[in-house]
Amino acid sequence: MQTLREFTRKTKRGNVLRIVREHYLRDDIGCGSDLCQYCFQNEVYQLTTRHQINSTLFKHPHYIVLDTNVVLDQIDVLEEDVLHNVIVLSTVLNEVKHKSSSIYKRFNEIIHDRSRNFYVFVNEHHKDTYADREPNESANDRNDRAIRLATKWYDTHLINSQSSKSFERSGQSTTRVILLTDDAGNRSKAESEDILVASAAEYVKSLEDFPLLVDKLSQKSFENEKQARPQYPPHLSMKELLEGLRQKKYLQGSFQASRENYLEGNVNVENYEKGILLQGRESLNRAVDGDIVAVELLPETEWSAPSEIVLEEKNVYADDVPSEERAQEEQQVKKAALAAAKTDERTPTGRIVGIVRRKWRQYCGILQPSLIEDTNRHIFVPADRKIPRIRIETRQAAKLLNQRIIVTIDTWPRNSRYPHGHFVRSLGPLGDMATENEVILLEHDVPHCKFSEEVLSFLPQMPWTITPEDYAKRVDLRDLYICSVDPPGCTDIDDALHCRDLPNGNLEVGVHIADVSHFIRPGNALDKEAAARGTTVYLVGKRIDMVPELLSSNLCSLVGGVERFAFSCIWEVDQEANVLNKRFHKSVIKSKRAMTYEEAQVMIDDSNEQGEIAKSLRNLNRLAKILKKRRMDNGALVLASPEIRFQVDSETHEPLEVEAKQMRDTNSMVEEFMLLANITVAQHIAAEFSECAVLRRHPRPPPTNFDPLVKAARYQGFEVDIESGLSLSHSLDKCVKVDNPYFNTMIRILTTRCMMQAVYFISGSLQKEEFFHYGLAASIYTHFTSPIRRYSDIMVHRLLAASIGADSTYAQLLERKSNEELCNNLNYRHKMAQYAGRASVALNTHLFFRGKEEDEEGYVLFVRKNALQILIPKYGLEGTLYLKSDKDGKDGLERIKSEIVFTFNEEDHTQRCGNVVFHSFDPVTVRLSLDSRNVQHEKLVFRLVKPYIKGFSVELVKMEVEGETPTCPPTKKSKKDKKKK
Amino acid sequence: MAANFELLSEQGLRLDGRRPHELRHIKCKLGVFEQPDGSAYMEQGNTKVLAAVYGPHQAKGKNKSSESNDVIINCQYSQATFSTAERKNRPRGDRKSQEFKMYLQQALSAAIKSELYPRSQIDVYVEVLQADGANYAVALNAATLALIDAGICLNEFIVACTASLSKSNIPLTDISQVEEISGGPKLTVAALPTSEKIAFLEMSERFHIDHLETVIETAMAGCREIRDILEAAVKEHLLHIGSAADWARVC
Repeated sequence: MQTLREFTRKTKRGNVLRIVREHYLRDDIGCGSDLCQYCFQNEVYQLTTRHQINSTLFKHPHYIVLDTNVVLDQIDVLEEDVLHNVIVLSTVLNEVKHKSSSIYKRFNEIIHDRSRNFYVFVNEHHKDTYADREPNESANDRNDRAIRLATKWYDTHLINSQSSKSFERSGQSTTRVILLTDDAGNRSKAESEDILVASAAEYVKSLEDFPLLVDKLSQKSFENEKQARPQYPPHLSMKELLEGLRQKKYLQGSFQASRENYLEGNVNVENYEKGILLQGRESLNRAVDGDIVAVELLPETEWSAPSEIVLEEKNVYADDVPSEERAQEEQQVKKAALAAAKTDERTPTGRIVGIVRRKWRQYCGILQPSLIEDTNRHIFVPADRKIPRIRIETRQAAKLLNQRIIVTIDTWPRNSRYPHGHFVRSLGPLGDMATENEVILLEHDVPHCKFSEEVLSFLPQMPWTITPEDYAKRVDLRDLYICSVDPPGCTDIDDALHCRDLPNGNLEVGVHIADVSHFIRPGNALDKEAAARGTTVYLVGKRIDMVPELLSSNLCSLVGGVERFAFSCIWEVDQEANVLNKRFHKSVIKSKRAMTYEEAQVMIDDSNEQGEIAKSLRNLNRLAKILKKRRMDNGALVLASPEIRFQVDSETHEPLEVEAKQMRDTNSMVEEFMLLANITVAQHIAAEFSECAVLRRHPRPPPTNFDPLVKAARYQGFEVDIESGLSLSHSLDKCVKVDNPYFNTMIRILTTRCMMQAVYFISGSLQKEEFFHYGLAASIYTHFTSPIRRYSDIMVHRLLAASIGADSTYAQLLERKSNEELCNNLNYRHKMAQYAGRASVALNTHLFFRGKEEDEEGYVLFVRKNALQILIPKYGLEGTLYLKSDKDGKDGLERIKSEIVFTFNEEDHTQRCGNVVFHSFDPVTVRLSLDSRNVQHEKLVFRLVKPYIKGFSVELVKMEVEGETPTCPPTKKSKKDKKKK
Repeated sequence: MAANFELLSEQGLRLDGRRPHELRHIKCKLGVFEQPDGSAYMEQGNTKVLAAVYGPHQAKGKNKSSESNDVIINCQYSQATFSTAERKNRPRGDRKSQEFKMYLQQALSAAIKSELYPRSQIDVYVEVLQADGANYAVALNAATLALIDAGICLNEFIVACTASLSKSNIPLTDISQVEEISGGPKLTVAALPTSEKIAFLEMSERFHIDHLETVIETAMAGCREIRDILEAAVKEHLLHIGSAADWARVC
């Protein structure tokens, strides 16, 4: 059967078109129920008589049809493994897809989980359930009607199926179909059509076996607030907004809440350099950080300047109606800000008139203890200061009180001070290592759930052996003296090296990379999972693998003494490290030894070692030095960033010791050859696949990025030339101070901060000149050497394998578009993995300093208006030492006495107090301690020890009492300082 | 954006509710006009085409002077101004029409028994009344019917069919306008299905060579199916006109 669907559409030019499309109606769409006796079923039954659920509302067995609004609002309820036998209508699925792609994705995951018994019924193409749009009927009404029609059809269809005699004899009660909808109109119409109907809340509350599910219901309204007076101005309707935006009456931008002041925010709008400032609760008008909003600009007379004050919201309780007093207080704050703002500091100020798109997500945080016992209503405090508190209803408050939980926002009505949300799940007890790691992973969007059964099904069968065919296809390199050099404790070894003398006096150097692409075949679930994860994430004491452990730590890892598959890149080089020729092939290798950097270094240095491995290492080391020199001469930069390692307790996973990472010759040896391999492979695949090669580039930073570096160096009497990478590299080398050995490193740390992010890209998307890698001074670069922990390397392996005929190509590999999407994802994942790693280091630093106070030597990295930025090389730690107490004592400083005045000299960036002057790069001694007054935001506090300033520095005597004598002789120095004063 | 569109739902249905291998609804009629020697009307879903054939007749115009002995097949392809949602400004003579015209000539010359018509000309006029995807294929099918109606000797039916490939790598037959603009690849095959010969093949957008064979096979299967439908239509037509002259019993 066939029908025509007609609708009109407006084109970009504004013409109104009549579009006619065919719409086929079928009689071969099955209902998916195992009770059915009529339908032709080509699928496994999804709707079964098993998994019956006890509801006090519907006592008979039933299937559930969901309305669109239920899916959109109650996705958290649906994700719980409670509801089974659900009929998903294609009408609903399409509506969900249009309204929210993230919910659509989550919903699809539920549907794909076969154990949940969700059946997609294509009602739109079924001959009995298709609803033609009637004249003057809105699309929404038609969809509602289609949903009711399908529900009704299902119900009668099943009743007919169950009316046979044999069924009656079996004594089962009849299965019915119920509709869950939160739309009152739809509900009343359904009732008049004799459809069993309930609202989602009613239904969930009627489930006796799952009382806690109620917590996850989306809260659209709270009882006691229905009559409360509005606290916010209304939002404009979408139509008014779009009209206003088009007429430029309103401006559109993304809202950023201020971290310091909960009554302030900023909207980034095009053509406004600093964005538009928003002050006060009414102006913010229920926007949450990240939302796309429409702002109305205030007249210039009402413009204001961002206030310098830190304003943290005081605790309020769920049933509190905000008092007049507080409203006045807020008014005063606003007025004060307005008055304080000098005319020249005023920036465009506006107010939010409507929300274009909400960007609500799930938030981590803790529950605020409630004053009243036995209440269900609670206030949730998010970890992110930019997010407002959220009201939720939960019955498990006592249990959740000391846990980190996840909450999502449902709505923010005008008459509620805070948004309404609901509890999603608990992460675990506060302060627990596993919980805190989970928070880091969630906040950085790192996929970290266990690998699914489907993914694991694509792993090779154990015990895995190498077959004769494998040997036939690969070059046998098992006899070579190959070894790997890695950090201690490394189990995912993806590279190994060898070097041997050739009869003609030249050397043969080989880099052997784990052949991950042999095990991960394109397009299967394992491949897709790895592509989505993009990279392995390293937290302190924890690794979140990109590929399952069987591969990462066993089959792919090039462990010593075991035969493994590798992708080899082999060069013939002369004694001066000039590459004469190169070749790539897949191989079988047997690493002779897996070494740590330290072991390798010892072996090289020990002249008694005369084994093949030692010889090979010495040769490699020599070649690497030549390569490195050549690279430096080309203008490659040596950058530094403070990196640290934690010694983690194996039981409690708490950090025991912190040390800065050490660099040895062998580190740089391995690095040099990996760079060489990456560059060689990049040249090869870019030549073979001019359109779709996966490469990596590092754009040259704009000159303005270097300003802070150039200035800081100039104060110290050094000139940094940023003309080119080469000149920069040379001038950095010259920045050496005899009295300050750490000075050069600090300059390099500053340089690192000027750099841009290196990114993956597809060769076809850019001009050849833009392939340049600035940091390495290489004209072309890619990642080839770590396929176990980076997906980009797997792609490069596949391209390389295809180009040498070792593997076949496949559609996606050569498609530019899909590769570009892949690269974007990889770039995002890499960035997030980096941030997560840093967050983990910060967390562990805090744990390390818990209950400790330590004095450490550090250096002033920057001098700021009210603070010094201090770097502590020992821990690679950076922190702020506040000199002015404008932070309201919040940073663990006792209020600094007013007679201590620091004067900031903007000319040469110094801070002066009496005789003590702080320059950039000056050495200082600071005391570190942890401020844990705020459970969610623990932070390290820096207090000055040396140079001593009376009334500001920490008293040294106290330190001696504690017995933690620092390395410098304290008493003498302080006396000296006092004398100076 | 369009390229990201999924052509095949997870439930195995296409955007308009067909399954991957299903053709659109086909209706056709021979002998719709009196004036030309042969004519046909063909509907494939919402794509509707009229075809008229004049000839064989003596070669005219510049063709007359040509030295060759071969039959001259002169085609014209045009789309009615009202055939698409947005009115077309140039119904004929634009690049697309010129291209299709060439393709029609190419495909038809493979089917017409040219040795029977030396030094003569056959004119084929095709007008697309409503365009809803696979315009060329439907035009060619209509032209075939019109040639048969004109009584011109063909080696066999020449029919065309399109095929595409969904993102899940399942080939789709007879693609509609929505599917065309959604950015999937489009492969058009004009074939002599009985002898399994391909007379003409064109594709837009690239896909991996691994899938080429299955996509061509899908299009060929479509061709065979269309051939059967056309054959039935021709038979019915003959029965109809033959019944007046009492031929029906002979058939």
